[in-house]
Amino acid sequence: MAKTIEEINEKIRRGKAVVLTAEEIIDYAAEKGVKKTAQDVDVVTTGTFGPMCSSGAYFNVGHSKPRIKLGGGKTYLNDVPVYTGLAAVDFFLGATAMPEDDPRNKIYPGKFSYGGAHIIEELVAGKDVRLTATAYGTDCYPRKSLETYISLKDMNEAVLFNMRNAYQNYNVAVNLSDRMIYTYMGVIQPKLGNANYCNAGQLSPLLNDPYYKTIGIGTRIFLGGGVGYVVGSGTQHNPDVKRTEKGVPKMTSGTLAVKGDLKMMSSKWLKGTSYTGYGVTLTVGIGVPIPILNEEILQYTMIRDEEIWAQVIDYSDAYPQFIPGSLGEVNYKQLKSGKITVQDREVPTAGLSSYLKAGEIARILKEWIETGKFFLTQPVELLPSVDSGIAFKSLKERPIKKRH
Amino acid sequence: MQKKRVVFNYPSHLVDQPVISKLVKDYDLTVNILRARITPKEEGRLVLEMEGKRAALEAGLNYMKEIGVDVQSLAQDVKWYEDRCTHCTACISVCHPQALDVNRKTMEVSFNRDKCIACELCIPVCPYQAMEILF
Ligand code: SF4
Ligand code: SF4
Repeated sequence: MAKTIEEINEKIRRGKAVVLTAEEIIDYAAEKGVKKTAQDVDVVTTGTFGPMCSSGAYFNVGHSKPRIKLGGGKTYLNDVPVYTGLAAVDFFLGATAMPEDDPRNKIYPGKFSYGGAHIIEELVAGKDVRLTATAYGTDCYPRKSLETYISLKDMNEAVLFNMRNAYQNYNVAVNLSDRMIYTYMGVIQPKLGNANYCNAGQLSPLLNDPYYKTIGIGTRIFLGGGVGYVVGSGTQHNPDVKRTEKGVPKMTSGTLAVKGDLKMMSSKWLKGTSYTGYGVTLTVGIGVPIPILNEEILQYTMIRDEEIWAQVIDYSDAYPQFIPGSLGEVNYKQLKSGKITVQDREVPTAGLSSYLKAGEIARILKEWIETGKFFLTQPVELLPSVDSGIAFKSLKERPIKKRH
Repeated sequence: MQKKRVVFNYPSHLVDQPVISKLVKDYDLTVNILRARITPKEEGRLVLEMEGKRAALEAGLNYMKEIGVDVQSLAQDVKWYEDRCTHCTACISVCHPQALDVNRKTMEVSFNRDKCIACELCIPVCPYQAMEILF
């Protein structure tokens, strides 16, 4: 018997909703059977806690007296530049932004110990940061410089807005060269010394709803320890890829764009992250509830680590040179065991996305729903799926004609 | 009894000498080799833990210095900031002594200081600055 979101919300209101995590549902459904489980269980909660570079936050800091127009000038939070190409006191801080005097990779490999993501973490923790700005001055906004401490509670709005999060599946990175490489997939040892992966597998949000039959614009989610919303598919959303029989993508595929009120979030679930030799990024905690509307949707959430496959990619040459091709497929059960086999060699694995914390997020969201603190939403529109005709483009460079 | 963790750097002419067994026999020390990199006819490097009477330890170390081994004590100040650790497991494949280890069932990471040889390999690998070595 099919259920509706309304019916599930009514059960939540009465404290009667049955909620399991994406890990718990596996054994539960195996024991009780699909039919019974689809009747009994109302919601399956997922989670992921991993580095997500296309993250950031926008702020409105309020008007100073006299007024200043930050746009067109230069504005910094703790020496990290923010984007001001907006109205007078709105700006956007990107997770990967870093201080202008950071040596980057001039001293290789760079440490990248502080950047936009760390400021987001500090602000959420309630700390003061230094806001410094210079402006050109206008008749209506005469002021030309500003230096002040500011914290989240001083601001009008502080909104986390991430244009690409929660990648549905990801590459497994190895290094075939004979030197150590420093990448966004971590430090990778030469000659297949290790293999790094970055996905929560059976707990991961989009792997539990592989065709996006419940997730879409307006889906309410756990975001950074608070409540957020899916605002659409993320950048590089690419649903039409090689999939298993059960519909699970075997490579990078769907993504989410999300937003939420930063003032309600927690520094436990938004962490400034430093990849040696690569840069700064933000580790974001996301949990998506999947309403068990029918048996088909339940079956998607029953996915296990051993049924989720990922491609092993060489990050010393194939990835940077954009040469297609995979060194093989491995599943998340193998990845989590600590060893995989690549080119007939045993390679130790290491994660970048925390499975332990993903489970904690799924359990927190479960508790929120069970105790009536969190209700499900009906998406306004589902995410584009395999039939959307989306094709993933690479950049076609066209030479720019020199003008004389 | 006292314990001491040290790093021995050998000049090449000592690499094929039985210096460690001399420490054990003549100074009555228990020696536990944590890490070794010795190639014949080149320099050697040993990280080890020595246990014995205080005076014997001192005498043993003096003997090593006299025969030309460079002796440094291994920092005990390797710190794992548990609150900063996200249990991502990025460090697990580089920590060969398994001082940083993961429970494969729960995927929870733990740090066992006694196994750490202060090789520092985890420092650039940890994205959350959860590992620190103070020398
Ligand atoms: S320094 Fe780090 S990598 Fe080396 S043994 Fe200690 S914990 Fe392991
Ligand atoms: S790399 Fe750092 S954060 Fe990740 S498990 Fe190891 S110590 Fe913890």
